[in-house]
Amino acid sequence: MAKVTRGFFGRRRPAEEGRLPPGQYDVGDDWPVLTAEVTPQLDTASWTFSVEGLVEQPTTWSWDEIRALPPSTYNGDIHCVTTWSKLGISFEGVAVDTLLLAAGPLPAATHVLAFSHTGYTTNLPLADVTGGRAWVAWEVDGSPLPVEHGGPARLLVPHLYFWKSAKWVAGLHVLDHDEPGFWERNGYHDRGDPWLEQRYQGD
Amino acid sequence: MAPPEAAGAGTRHDPWQTATVVAIRDETARAKTFRLALARPADHLAGQHYIIRLTAPNGYTASRSYSVASAPDGSAEIEVTVERLVGGEVSTFLHDVVVVGDEIEVRGPIGGWFVWRGDTRALLVGGGSGVVPLMAMLRLARRTGQAGLVRLVVSVRSPNDLYYAHELPGPEARVVYSRRAPLDAERPAGRIGRPDLEPAILPDATAYVCGSAGFADAASRLLVDLGVPVERIRVERFGPTG
Repeated sequence: MAKVTRGFFGRRRPAEEGRLPPGQYDVGDDWPVLTAEVTPQLDTASWTFSVEGLVEQPTTWSWDEIRALPPSTYNGDIHCVTTWSKLGISFEGVAVDTLLLAAGPLPAATHVLAFSHTGYTTNLPLADVTGGRAWVAWEVDGSPLPVEHGGPARLLVPHLYFWKSAKWVAGLHVLDHDEPGFWERNGYHDRGDPWLEQRYQGD
Repeated sequence: MAPPEAAGAGTRHDPWQTATVVAIRDETARAKTFRLALARPADHLAGQHYIIRLTAPNGYTASRSYSVASAPDGSAEIEVTVERLVGGEVSTFLHDVVVVGDEIEVRGPIGGWFVWRGDTRALLVGGGSGVVPLMAMLRLARRTGQAGLVRLVVSVRSPNDLYYAHELPGPEARVVYSRRAPLDAERPAGRIGRPDLEPAILPDATAYVCGSAGFADAASRLLVDLGVPVERIRVERFGPTG
């Protein structure tokens, strides 16, 4: 159990109760940038997104092709493992369901390893990227996604800590097993549910 | 990769532990170093961080990550340097309320990417408070007689903003002033540029860049322009760790 810190009383606003996962604070209008690699400059003319691995039909979309798919929107909150949350943000893109439907995961498929144009990777159970819970997003609050936030397009899995929402996403590799990604090999939790505070290995 | 939490690996005990504040030191007008004695000491790697958690009587908690500034030295104590951010819930508490003898909860060490193990060539580039994890690396290099492996370039606004001002200077360290330089500075005040970094690039060095998102992007782009391969640049962007 957490031990009370002498002299600390906190100052969370009552309105946030229930909306913030444990240990998170509301960052307000800020949107911190936290990445471990050099920010890439990606040209949409050569940008691609692929679904590969254990699928019936490995599929690659160009920028124009993915933008022509049925759009899907997320309105809600995002939570970073470094303890900030951003409440009431909206993203537009395409649901991962739509992309997986085109490629057709094989029955043995259980996980995906998302990969980025920078080489960044992050792993997710298939169940966490299906059922309308994950997107490839290219707009935030009505504007193109800025490059420092992963533009032209990033993965968006808002019910998990935000390192799972790979910036500069290039595709999903469908697997029949779990394979740790970049942060998951570097001390962070395999799944990252903010409501269970799955921040680090062992949580 | 080393276990990210050496003390917690493979065991089930609570990853949080109590640390006692044994010393507090001013680095600048806005930054203090807290020396913490750990109840359950763990070896850290230079560049790793700890989380500090504050708990209110009603159970509400606030936690933030802070880089370790001290080199791993086998002791049961670590140092973290904390910048006081206006409105920062944890940093203002640490600055304004915490005194020597207080106990706070910590967890760590954490992180397996932005770490230097002391045996490879390294270019350390820090902006402002981003110097903290790099200082752990510089201290490790000096303590083990490996200072020849590292070069440090730190950019600060003015002499008043330089952390570890008495300890940091040395043949392997260079300070760049972006707004106001001291009279005896090697160069006039100005943003960090290629001439500041170029002489510090040792063959096959891995670059560790730490600072605000803006600084990290600018510095890492300079390194790419100077021919450092992207895969040899490790970046840690400091967000608002209030």
